[in-house]
Amino acid sequence: MEGGKEKDAYTKACGIIEMDSSDLKKLGAWRNTNVRVTSKHGSVVVKAVEATQGPHPGLAYIPMGPWANSVTDPNTYSTGMPTFKGVPIEVEIAMNEKVLSSVELVQKKCRGEI
Amino acid sequence: MTKTVTDVVCPFCGTLCDDLEVEVSDDGKTIVDVYNACAIGAEKFMHAQSKDRVKRPRMQQPDGSYKEVTYDEAVEYTAQMFAKARKPLMYGWSSTSCEAQSVGHEIAEKAGAIVDNTATVCHGTTLIAVQDVGIPSCTLGEIKNRADRIIFWGCNPTHAHPRHQSRYSIFPRGFFVNKGHKNRKVIVVDPRVTDTAKMADIHFQIEQGRDYELLSALRVAVRNEPLPDTVAGIPKEKIYEAAELLKSGRFGIIFFGMGVTQTLSKNHNIDEAIMLTKDMNEFTKFSIMAMRGHYNVTGSGQVLGWQFGYPYCVDLSRGFARYNPGETTSNDLLRRGEVDAVFVLGSDPGAHFPISSVKKISQLPSVCVDPHITPTSEISKLHVPVAFVGVEVGGNCYRMDNVPIDARKVVDPPEGVLTDTEFLTRVNKRLGELMGVA
Ligand code: SF4
Repeated sequence: MEGGKEKDAYTKACGIIEMDSSDLKKLGAWRNTNVRVTSKHGSVVVKAVEATQGPHPGLAYIPMGPWANSVTDPNTYSTGMPTFKGVPIEVEIAMNEKVLSSVELVQKKCRGEI
Repeated sequence: MTKTVTDVVCPFCGTLCDDLEVEVSDDGKTIVDVYNACAIGAEKFMHAQSKDRVKRPRMQQPDGSYKEVTYDEAVEYTAQMFAKARKPLMYGWSSTSCEAQSVGHEIAEKAGAIVDNTATVCHGTTLIAVQDVGIPSCTLGEIKNRADRIIFWGCNPTHAHPRHQSRYSIFPRGFFVNKGHKNRKVIVVDPRVTDTAKMADIHFQIEQGRDYELLSALRVAVRNEPLPDTVAGIPKEKIYEAAELLKSGRFGIIFFGMGVTQTLSKNHNIDEAIMLTKDMNEFTKFSIMAMRGHYNVTGSGQVLGWQFGYPYCVDLSRGFARYNPGETTSNDLLRRGEVDAVFVLGSDPGAHFPISSVKKISQLPSVCVDPHITPTSEISKLHVPVAFVGVEVGGNCYRMDNVPIDARKVVDPPEGVLTDTEFLTRVNKRLGELMGVA
């Protein structure tokens, strides 16, 4: 993201979760609803969008960025590389919660506020 | 009136396009337009111009806000931090020139630091695999002129390296492939129907994380040995068909990306991909290449390699170079709380590291050198803005195929803003004084 990471465009591009339309249906969520994504390693609010590069039911995708990194598996299994992909997650509707900007999100997490 | 700077190198992705033309104002201060670049490349040039750019270092205050300080104060803080730290981490190095990397390594030797680059979260596992089994590779020029079988495995260049396909891998007419894409067959392996997959002759929509199985199955198939009915969600007929297609080519190439390096099998996936390449050379000519992301992450590996012998996570804390991925890698060090200061240049771990590691950085003395405001700059104790390499200062960079290319300066940096080489040189000098060494 060369346009500036403190900007809205970055949140729009990466503060999202791409979900299969069948999964959205199962969840009972409209497109562009805010959802809370939770894994064993953390939790974050992002906007659920319909996957354009699907179909891939059961598989969701958050682009690389602080939102994804709030839920990824930090375990490296002695390779130095955290396990960024293939992390089991749960998604629930969080209509009234806000998607934070990258800077807000990281600052708040670091201060232990969320 | 404006003037045009030609043969400009794009300092964004590992494709390192070197055919850009940039129109600048007569006084050489502002960029008017950028030609030939893809959207992300052009954005990088235009972003350098933004009005709200930070032009002086900023120090974090106790309440979390930032206060402007001078470059002299920033140099002093950074040098003091290195002098006091017992085991500082110096991370990043992928969005800067080889010259700056080299000065950084001098500091690391003095301070007994660990130098790690972004490979640690992208192609570090590739580097481990290469040390395990070697790598038969080639240049992008050879691919353009010869390759007629192209595999994209776990990568999506349409979005991450937008001009890769038009300049090198699918569309260009080459010396031995003079019909361009009509001469080439493209196979894409990805769990998603990516925009790259939509252009492929064959798309294997593999089950997430089953790359190792499918690679092994292809090795079996090229030998015409029996396979189970499906592997990784792909019917065996399809796998045999792909194997025949690959064998019938004159020059094949596997490009691979994060989809293979970041899943659970990590370096073993790459081992297997390289072994498949080796096997393929029994039948035809085959090569393999990592789709390196940042424009000069390859250069960081090169400079570390020739100076210390290892491509990333080099630990100099004992006075000699050690390398042990899993121990001397950034995320492991941060997780275990083994470093006592963090210096970041040319990357954004605040956005790219798991949040648990980011928290650790925010609790330590920390310096972030970056032209942009980033999540990292906003949790570091000190943010030092610098000139954009490849836009406001030249420098050497390595393309993803290990070809060195000199990036050019297009416009002047804003008045008084240092380049990263200048800042590092001043820190290095001051650190030498503090530690009583030259
Ligand atoms: S493909 Fe990469 S190097 Fe080429 S213009 Fe786009 S961002 Fe720049």
